Amino acid sequence: MNESSALIAQLRRAAIGSVTPADSPDPEAWLAQGLAPARLHEVFATEAVDAASATGFALAMTLAAGTTPLLWIRTEAAERQGGRLHATGLLELGLPADSLLLAVVADEGALLRTAADAARCAGLGAVLIESWGRAPGFDLTATRRLMLAAEASGVTVLSVRVGAQPVPSAAFTRWSVAAAPSAPLEWEAPGGPAFQVELLRRRGGAAGARWCVEWNRDGKNFTPVDPVHRAAPLSGAGLPLVADRAAAQHPPAPVRRAG
Amino acid sequence: MPIERLRSTRPHLFVGRGDAPIAFTRTSGNAVRLAALDLEAARIGLQVGLTLADARAQVPELETFEHDPHADLLWLEALADGCARYSPSVALDPPDGLVLDIAGCTHQFEGERPLAADVERRMARRGVAVRHAFGDTPDVARALARFAGAPAPDETRAVKRLPVAALELDADHTVALTRAGLKTVGDVMARPLSAVAARFGKEAANAVRRLSGDLKAPVRPRRREVPIAAERRFAEPIARTDYALEVLGELAAEAVNELEQRHQGGRRWQARLFRSDGQVQVLRVETGQPTRDVAALMRLFRERIDGLADPLDPGFGYDLLRLDVVLAERLDATQLKLEGGRNEQAQVGTLVDQLSTRLGRTRVRRFLPRDSHIPEQGELMLPATAARPAAAAAAASAWPAQQPGEPPLRPIYLFDPPQPIEAVMAEVPDGPPRRFRWRRTLHDVARAEGPERIAGEWWRRHDAAIPTRDYFRVEDRRGRRFWIFRHGLYAETDDPRWYVHGLFA
Repeated sequence: MNESSALIAQLRRAAIGSVTPADSPDPEAWLAQGLAPARLHEVFATEAVDAASATGFALAMTLAAGTTPLLWIRTEAAERQGGRLHATGLLELGLPADSLLLAVVADEGALLRTAADAARCAGLGAVLIESWGRAPGFDLTATRRLMLAAEASGVTVLSVRVGAQPVPSAAFTRWSVAAAPSAPLEWEAPGGPAFQVELLRRRGGAAGARWCVEWNRDGKNFTPVDPVHRAAPLSGAGLPLVADRAAAQHPPAPVRRAG
Repeated sequence: MPIERLRSTRPHLFVGRGDAPIAFTRTSGNAVRLAALDLEAARIGLQVGLTLADARAQVPELETFEHDPHADLLWLEALADGCARYSPSVALDPPDGLVLDIAGCTHQFEGERPLAADVERRMARRGVAVRHAFGDTPDVARALARFAGAPAPDETRAVKRLPVAALELDADHTVALTRAGLKTVGDVMARPLSAVAARFGKEAANAVRRLSGDLKAPVRPRRREVPIAAERRFAEPIARTDYALEVLGELAAEAVNELEQRHQGGRRWQARLFRSDGQVQVLRVETGQPTRDVAALMRLFRERIDGLADPLDPGFGYDLLRLDVVLAERLDATQLKLEGGRNEQAQVGTLVDQLSTRLGRTRVRRFLPRDSHIPEQGELMLPATAARPAAAAAAASAWPAQQPGEPPLRPIYLFDPPQPIEAVMAEVPDGPPRRFRWRRTLHDVARAEGPERIAGEWWRRHDAAIPTRDYFRVEDRRGRRFWIFRHGLYAETDDPRWYVHGLFA
């Protein structure tokens, strides 16, 4: 009885999955719908300084797909190097604090083991695995295991690899993410989260496309932006103070609003 | 009551003091008010609820102590324990009453009155003054003991001669009853109940029915909860860990049975394995929600055994296994979903328990807001298995609301402690830096916003001046967004240092 119901559930999920827009050939579908649920996805940040962009992008993808609650698993090394999670900032990205759980593990082995257990827990919406460095444990076997667990339970598994080069794996999609200059607000203030995204691999689909997108928290979707006009000026160039002596003596405060 | 507790438990406080009136104070809001009085203070006209300043103005020699209702309740419980000699069923009537069900308990005292005399004598020895009354129902006895009416030959008439205050309605209704000319309980009882209910509310009608004995509220006796434990002794020590675990499962089933009868579930469990050579091995597990699931519990115990630094060593065998439910909470029967499948929240709870057991309690966390504007103190990371705080406390500190269309103003990663950055070039002294070096990489600042000035919480710390921080959101030429701050204003320090405190997505 249990077996057959599990089988039916799996078939049903497969049936739904086949019409999921994220699985559909339209390569732009993820902008609105996020990542295909019940799969393993990998997000690479080749430089460690882009860690926040990679995790921010992965998080935004889960939010766009609406798969919460989220269990965030990271190692102690990540906690030391990358700083600890700041729930207020995550909330401002769109993730409510009560749908976030954090597990800090000792090393990479524990990270994989915890991730495998979490991926089997159908009560979760998504599991975000944050690993730093080369992390050789994330090989074909381990990723295949995660992928199977995700397919069986319906949990989206996101593996964020900071400071690692893409290697072959069983992931459904593989992305490379870096920070992109944001659309400036008044007074040249930095704008919302913007990412430079490259789709490195996609099972059963074309890969290699590049986007420059901005995450829209209120609409829970991505908006493509044109990276060309973003060529950011150097600081100070936007404020021609020298031409105006009065302004130079009383420089305007570079704030948009008080508080 | 509080004064009797204090005199009995801390007599040294009263050595060498005269019989000055004594009051107990409580801070409510910004005012210190009287919460309880001794007889002397009540006699000279002080009242509960008066502010301490007013009371002192009236009675300069007033002695005050802090009001501690919790200690009073404990003291009342101790008295109730002592009353177990009179009757097995003793109920508390906080803040200062005890209800004894003495039906069938009076034979060894040869009647009710000698029993009451005995109570008074024993209480007097502890310095407690007792007023007692007998009644057919607990409510009647209570009203007779607490309120004084005119003398009466029997109980029914005694109740009727009590003042309307004995109905214990709120002040408005008591005044309303008196204004209506109803001065005693008997006056109210003489009216038709429907009229009383129509005019003074259902509460009044119920109070009348309670005192007339129509509505019988049972005595709710205190019952000592025996902690749940199950144990198994072996004539021949068992040397196999697997078998020990199997027995542990049986013990868990026994404990769960007991829990089920109490409508409780266990939150913390402790298994002790006594080795025949005298060593004891202790295994503790904790769950986030109260549980009665033996299988899940045994999974957690296995997880705990796997995670032990030293593997479980039976040595010459275990001769006693014992399982204690250290903490039990209320858990009513849950209904399974009709369409099959399990509750998703329960699944997450199980996962959290499993991970907490394996990784350690403090390593699986969730976030709670905290009432502080210092960024690194603005939120709490609590173990996910810990009990959630009360709703009132949660409402006091909430997550900040976001404005639509605004970019994130707080980073998603926060460095604690903040990381110093070097070679900062700022355009104007108070402005954002143009360029900085962090982790051996030079970042050219393309866009910046700030300062957002966050001052230290000077009202919490008095020892030293805490430098103000000026925070800037900056973006470098490649789009990396940082949250950096200058530690100290130029007015405060000569050479303030810069730090990066967080990273934005």
